[in-house]
Amino acid sequence: MYPSRFAYEAPSSLDEAIGLLHQGAGEAKVLAGGQSLVPLIKLRFASPELLVDINRLPGLDTLDVAADGSIRVGALVRHRDLERSTDLARVQPVMAAAAPLIADPIVRTRGTLVGSLCHADPQGDWAAAVTAVGGHVVAQGPGGRRTIPIADFVTGPFQNVLAYDEVAVEAVIPAPTGQVAGGFLKLERRVGDFATAGTAVALELTGDRVSRAGIALTGVGSRTIDARAAADSLIGQVLSAQAIAQAADLAAEAAQPNSDHRGSAAYKRHVIHTFVTRILTRITTTSERAA
Amino acid sequence: MTSLFEEIPQAAAEGVPVRRVTISVNGQPRTADVEPRLLLAHLLRQGFKLTGTHTGCDTTNCGACTVLVDDLPVKSCTMLAVQADGHEVTTVEGLAGPSSLHPLQEGFKDEHGLQCGFCTPGMMLAAKALLAENPDPTEDEVRFGLSGNLCRCTGYQNIVKAVLAAAATMRGEA
Repeated sequence: MYPSRFAYEAPSSLDEAIGLLHQGAGEAKVLAGGQSLVPLIKLRFASPELLVDINRLPGLDTLDVAADGSIRVGALVRHRDLERSTDLARVQPVMAAAAPLIADPIVRTRGTLVGSLCHADPQGDWAAAVTAVGGHVVAQGPGGRRTIPIADFVTGPFQNVLAYDEVAVEAVIPAPTGQVAGGFLKLERRVGDFATAGTAVALELTGDRVSRAGIALTGVGSRTIDARAAADSLIGQVLSAQAIAQAADLAAEAAQPNSDHRGSAAYKRHVIHTFVTRILTRITTTSERAA
Repeated sequence: MTSLFEEIPQAAAEGVPVRRVTISVNGQPRTADVEPRLLLAHLLRQGFKLTGTHTGCDTTNCGACTVLVDDLPVKSCTMLAVQADGHEVTTVEGLAGPSSLHPLQEGFKDEHGLQCGFCTPGMMLAAKALLAENPDPTEDEVRFGLSGNLCRCTGYQNIVKAVLAAAATMRGEA
C-alpha cells in the first residue's frame, strides 16, 4: 500500500516546525513515531498535504523523572524508553505497568507516548494511564506555550484540542504528595491488538488512607473514560474489601462498552470490574507485605 | 544511484519532488532519490533489490518486514524511506556474509525454526536486537521479545528454540 502524495519536511528547530504547520493551514500533520499515522496514510484514511517530521528536533527525546516524582515525557520519548526506565518504574507504577503493554515490542521502538495522546484512539492505552495520574500536555504554537489537562486535551475519537499550528512538545505528570501506588491491566486478544478493555488505577496513600485517586478506562467507550465517581469513592478510605468492591462497581458502571467481535458489553464491563478489583487488591497485599 | 520505482503508481511524473537520501545499508552507504511517500520496506526491496525483507500484512501487525535501524528493530513498512536518511539499516542480508551463517541462521536451520520461511527474516532481526540487549534470555523473554512478529505456520515452538540455541552459541556455550 502506498500513501497518497505529500510534501515532507524535517525541520531542525521547533520554531521552524511550527512555521511549517502554520503555512500548512490545517493540511499538515506532525510525524513523530509514525506508528499510527503511517498506517493511516497507507490506508488513505488520512491524506495530509504535508508531513512535518519532528524526529530531528533537539531536546524532545528527554524523559525526565525529577526528585519530587514529577515526570516530563518529551514528544520523542519512545514507548521503549518508558518500558526500560528504572526511574519511571520506581516513581510511577501505573505508567511503568502500561509501557510494556503498548502495541508490540517493535512498534514500541518508534511509537511515542505524546503521539499516542495526540492520536486519541478510544482504545489507546496511554491516555488512560495519563488520565489516571492527572497529567497534562504542553503544546507550543506561534503564540507560545500552553498547558492542557489531559481531560481537556482529547475532545473525541481521534480528535484533540491542538490548533493546526501547535506541536504537543511534552506530557507532564505532576509530583505526587502521598505514597504512590497503582497499576495498569489490559485484556487483548493477542499482542498488538487494541484493548478489549483496559484499566489504569493511580493512587496516592497518606498513611493507610487514600489521599488521591484516579481510575481511567480504555476500550469501553468512544473515548478514554475518567471513572471519577469510582476514584472519588476511595478518597479518605482504607482499602478495605468493601471500599474496593464499591470502586469496582462504580468503574463498571462508568464503562460504556459496545458489543463487538472482541466481546459483549456485559463481558467488557465484567472485565473492568475484575481489573479494578485486582489492581486495588494487589496494592493492599503489597503494602501488607512491605509493612 | 537508485531512482523511483515502477511499483509506485503513476511513477514520479515530472515535477514530483524527490529527496535524496543516503542510508548505510548493511554497512554500505546507499543513495537514492525517493518520493517522501516511499516506505523503507519498498526502498530496500525494489530500490536496493534486498528482497530478504518481506512485506507481509503491510499494516504494522506481522513484523515480517522488521529491519534494524541504528540496531533497534523497526517495521520497515511503517517508516518512510526519507526518515532513514543518515541512519544505519541492517537487513537479513547483513546478518552474515554470502558463504557463512550467523548463529541465528544456524539456530533456525538446526532447530527447524521455519516452515514456509516468510516470517523468518523479521524473526531473526527482532531476535538479534533481543539478544544484543539480553544475551541470556529465558524462554518467556524470547516469547515476549518476539511478540511483535507473527508466524502464520504457527511454528513458534521451534522459533523460540532456535533463538535460545543461537543465544547459547553467541555466548560461546555451544
